[in-house]
Amino acid sequence: MAQIRVEKLDKSFGTFHAVRSASFTVEDGQFLCLLGPSGCGKTTTLRMIAGLELPTAGTISLDGEDVTMNRASARDIAFVFQFFALYPHMNVRRNIGFPLKCEGIGAAERDLRVAEVARILRISHLLDRPVSGLAGGDRQRVALGRAIVRKPKCFLMDEPLGALDTEMREEMIRELRALHDRLGATTVYVTHDQLEAMAMADRIAVMNNGVVEQVASPRDIYDRPVSLFVADFIGSPPMNFLPFRGSLEPGAGVIRLGDRDVAVPRAREALPESDLVLGVRPEHVRFSDRGMVRGEVYGVEYLGTTQIVTVTTRYGALKARSPANLPVRTGENVGLDFRPDTLSIFDRQSGRAIRTALHEGAVHG
Amino acid sequence: MADVEIRAVSKLFSKTPAVADLSLTIANGEFVALLGPTGAGKTTTLRLVAGLERPDRGSIWIGGRDMTREAPADRDVAFVFQQYSLYPHLTVFENLAFALRAPIRRVPEDVIRAKVEEVAHLLHIETKLHNKATQLSGGQMQRVAIGRALVRSPAIYLMDEPLSSLDAKLRGEMRLELKRIQTDLGATILYVTHDQTEAMTMASRIGVIESGRLMQIGTPREIYESPINAYVAARLGQPTINLLPATLFAGTPRAARTIGARTEHLAIARGGGGVQATVKRIEHLGDQSHLHLDLGGQPVVTLSDPEADLAAGDTVSLSLNNPLFFDADGIRIAA
Repeated sequence: MAQIRVEKLDKSFGTFHAVRSASFTVEDGQFLCLLGPSGCGKTTTLRMIAGLELPTAGTISLDGEDVTMNRASARDIAFVFQFFALYPHMNVRRNIGFPLKCEGIGAAERDLRVAEVARILRISHLLDRPVSGLAGGDRQRVALGRAIVRKPKCFLMDEPLGALDTEMREEMIRELRALHDRLGATTVYVTHDQLEAMAMADRIAVMNNGVVEQVASPRDIYDRPVSLFVADFIGSPPMNFLPFRGSLEPGAGVIRLGDRDVAVPRAREALPESDLVLGVRPEHVRFSDRGMVRGEVYGVEYLGTTQIVTVTTRYGALKARSPANLPVRTGENVGLDFRPDTLSIFDRQSGRAIRTALHEGAVHG
Repeated sequence: MADVEIRAVSKLFSKTPAVADLSLTIANGEFVALLGPTGAGKTTTLRLVAGLERPDRGSIWIGGRDMTREAPADRDVAFVFQQYSLYPHLTVFENLAFALRAPIRRVPEDVIRAKVEEVAHLLHIETKLHNKATQLSGGQMQRVAIGRALVRSPAIYLMDEPLSSLDAKLRGEMRLELKRIQTDLGATILYVTHDQTEAMTMASRIGVIESGRLMQIGTPREIYESPINAYVAARLGQPTINLLPATLFAGTPRAARTIGARTEHLAIARGGGGVQATVKRIEHLGDQSHLHLDLGGQPVVTLSDPEADLAAGDTVSLSLNNPLFFDADGIRIAA
């Protein structure tokens, strides 16, 4: 078991700056997701931790030991890729046992450990089957088995569920998290899917353009995003943004949106008159005849328990999540209110979240 | 646009039935989504309507005519595939115009221009008309692919997971756009997906398909609220419906073996009494939180009320509020 510490990590490929001064710590036994759009530097960061790429600058330590320049094979790390690289000519048992064979472990112990891993992954009945005929989920379980069987200090996973369809992916998300709870191995998991990250991670590091924008628990990332980018990337549908112009004084709890006063969490910093953005999560939008923002319903998306209502307003299209039994019709004129204590305010120029009472009580670290 | 009828169609692939005795009528202007897992036969159904496959039994009727033996080009259908295939050397305009330029159609140039501009406007790609197809983002390319079908006015649009290659955010936007375009045009669409959200949010009716059979067809609300069996009940709804042994609760119908309980069927109160469960964990997924309970060894997952303020280890009591009941074969029975 191990702590992974990444400090001021930089990586350039020629003139392309893939990772810029990335710093975060994954505590022993923690599950951290590196989350971001394609090209944000998350896979490069993972490959540097694995030793598959050498950083341009910065350090990586594993359990307190500086491994920045160590070769991948000297790091006691297991890597699981998006595309399951299984040996097609071997059956499931030999695929899983192969890393042990490479380490020179005898047949008797190998059999024991393969059997144990197969039981954990619920693929005991497949051990003597060729890997070629397996379904996607089972192939990915075999790939995981090959990583687990070595009992490494940590697991690094690069979008291991990316190639599976929705239902199988949801099942594997639950399995992977349950597996993590049982094995307790430090895990760094790369994904561009925010739902995967929210469902599995103890902590999420959101990356954008090579920069780690925020490292926090899923709940903090969602409730208290530090930037417009994070707020927009997390959540489905994402946060609503309403542009406005104004200034803020410390302690101020009201902003002026159009011709209405809107209650917001109290500001904890002063800001001269500038272009700002009010951020509202869809589940914090409420329908009200006297609502401060009015608009016309553009579409209603039924989801069973809830529905997503898109409303065209002077601030753009706003989305509200409401109970599915609330009657709303396309074309109808509605008023909207926002739940004051949950609102975010951003500086439009820099994208930075303005410090407010919202950030008090947050679990940082 | 026209009615499309699939009459008792069966199709075998090397003795495995891909589609088994499937009947379905898609009314003019309707958006029907076939929902099912990989290998359920939904894409085969679509290909049978398109004429890309011949049925072993049954017939395909389009606009009141038997089309079973007609070639794809003679069926007046437009197909949108999962992987958009655009002509990379052509501009967006030429990609959109391509289908109209076929010699057989002899569409005048000014009609082509008007049609392409109308469709580009619908899809919000009017500013991209003179870009090469390769200069577009993934979402824009998929819009062009859909647009290529839209420039024609076929009897029916056949769409095979057209949004699955897009990222989550774009998929959410395109769902709403596609539904709006379909409503505006009054288009008839048969749409295939394994994504329940796409089916629920866009379809006028959902057909749940499994092992080549159409298990149930109805509006999203009908399928969600009145599934005919436990399999269908588990296809819609997030979190997935809880299927619990009927013996756990008093007052269930005599024939019931399984209780189907969604979030809205469960009342959760703090403290013991009645049917007791323990909070295992609360999973914060952002827009919603899933409450994981342990009910005598049986896992139960519901949407948690953000105001309830429960924590792992808390004891709660559960009561049912008009849940669904299923018999020993998983068939839905009356309460």
